Amino acid sequence: MFVFESGNVAAATGVRLARVQVIAAYPITPQTPLTEKLSEYVDSGSFDAEYVAVESEHSALAVCIGASSTSARTFTATSANGLLYMAEQLHWTAGARLPMVMCVVNRAVGAPFNIWNDHQDSISQRDTGWIQIYAKDHQEILDTVIKAYRLSEEVCIPVMVCYDGYYLSHTYMPYDVPDQVAVDAFLPPYEYRHTLGPNNPTSLNTVTLPGGRPDIHGEFAPGYMELRHNLHMEMKQAIDIYTRIDGEFAEIIGRGGNPIAEKHLCDDAEYVAVALGSMANQIKDVVVRLRDDGLKVGLLALSLYRPFPSEFLAAELADRKGVIVFEKALSFGHSGTVCADLQAALYPCASRPPVWNYILGLGGRSYQSADFYDAIRDCVERGSAKFDNPGWIGLGR
Amino acid sequence: MPTENLRVLTSASYAGPGDAGRTGSWRVLRPVIDYTKCAPAKTGKPACFFCWLYCPDSVVSKTLQPQINLEYCKGCGICAEECPPKAITMVEESKFSGADDR
Repeated sequence: MFVFESGNVAAATGVRLARVQVIAAYPITPQTPLTEKLSEYVDSGSFDAEYVAVESEHSALAVCIGASSTSARTFTATSANGLLYMAEQLHWTAGARLPMVMCVVNRAVGAPFNIWNDHQDSISQRDTGWIQIYAKDHQEILDTVIKAYRLSEEVCIPVMVCYDGYYLSHTYMPYDVPDQVAVDAFLPPYEYRHTLGPNNPTSLNTVTLPGGRPDIHGEFAPGYMELRHNLHMEMKQAIDIYTRIDGEFAEIIGRGGNPIAEKHLCDDAEYVAVALGSMANQIKDVVVRLRDDGLKVGLLALSLYRPFPSEFLAAELADRKGVIVFEKALSFGHSGTVCADLQAALYPCASRPPVWNYILGLGGRSYQSADFYDAIRDCVERGSAKFDNPGWIGLGR
Repeated sequence: MPTENLRVLTSASYAGPGDAGRTGSWRVLRPVIDYTKCAPAKTGKPACFFCWLYCPDSVVSKTLQPQINLEYCKGCGICAEECPPKAITMVEESKFSGADDR
């Protein structure tokens, strides 16, 4: 059924279709309408979930950690400083290997105070052990939330579904809402492997010493380092698992096919632009214009940022003449993080294209299609000549 | 590392003594029960057992003369603190020969 609604409502719809059992969230702009919609569903009786009102984001995630440990399907959502207030619990969720989905409605991080969109909030949490997927339109938000539960529960790693504040959260777009029956067929009920309950008293995530040790039965019990290694290995395997899950989603729901990244006019492209989130959709039009003007440019709209699909990107990009990465976040004193990760992925390749990096849109700073057009054209014309990397779009505007 | 451990999600311990190893060696103070004051020992009836209930390491037995498993008792003193008739005294470990602990 097609509806015309906001991105936040698309996320709430996905959460309801996933039959989430426990929601704990604290409102923060631009995530607020999402939690309001969920509490409205629960209040009206149309959604059989427990909505726990909490006093902070730290508590919101703590509630989800507790609920998830008892095999409840849980959800929370936040933005910017709210996400950072969860930081300790983010590491805990991933370390405890609890399946969970959280929507991060991307917003600039203070100081100075700013409520508009960029990606610094979720990007700065990339090393917490959470899977990060970026949606670029409302349909992707809804579908990704549902797929994220399957992925999270299969690999026992929490997933952040990130989407742009305002650009997606507050704008209206038509999208298809799948049948509950179809979603149920895709997403069966889940039971956590270490389920806590009165019949199974367990101390979870007990202290681990620097060394491994034999347990009371004399068998080797994995220590901290083994458990971290497990998380890393299973995170890497999640790339293939997510691809398979996306295929199953496409079979049942009829949509999908680009779980890692969507390629747009890439096949014969000499130069490829790479971007996360809604700006990738805007660059699609730019690429068409550049093609009209005789430049062989394509777009790789990256969705899966952690685990980082290094092999996929190396295979796609190593033989191009150049790669242009547009980013709404950066690692201060270094470069955009996607750019840095991509350069590392390309380093082992025999042929390595130059990778140019542009930072734009911080704190909601405006950007137009012409900015992408000029930036890509500039890179193509300058070739491998050295210039400031990253370049900044929109400064002084 | 054995590959079968790859699917171990996190550390977990189940009800029972000693899941963190022989922790008795951590002990500085040893709980000693005076059975002339201890409620179940004195009355011969299964009552009280605050020491059994409060022990965070489950090393106290629920018997008419409660026994403390010194292999795992860390000497935290919670049992002595909680014992209603004050039957448990924390005694310096150096006062013992060391033969009965690990």
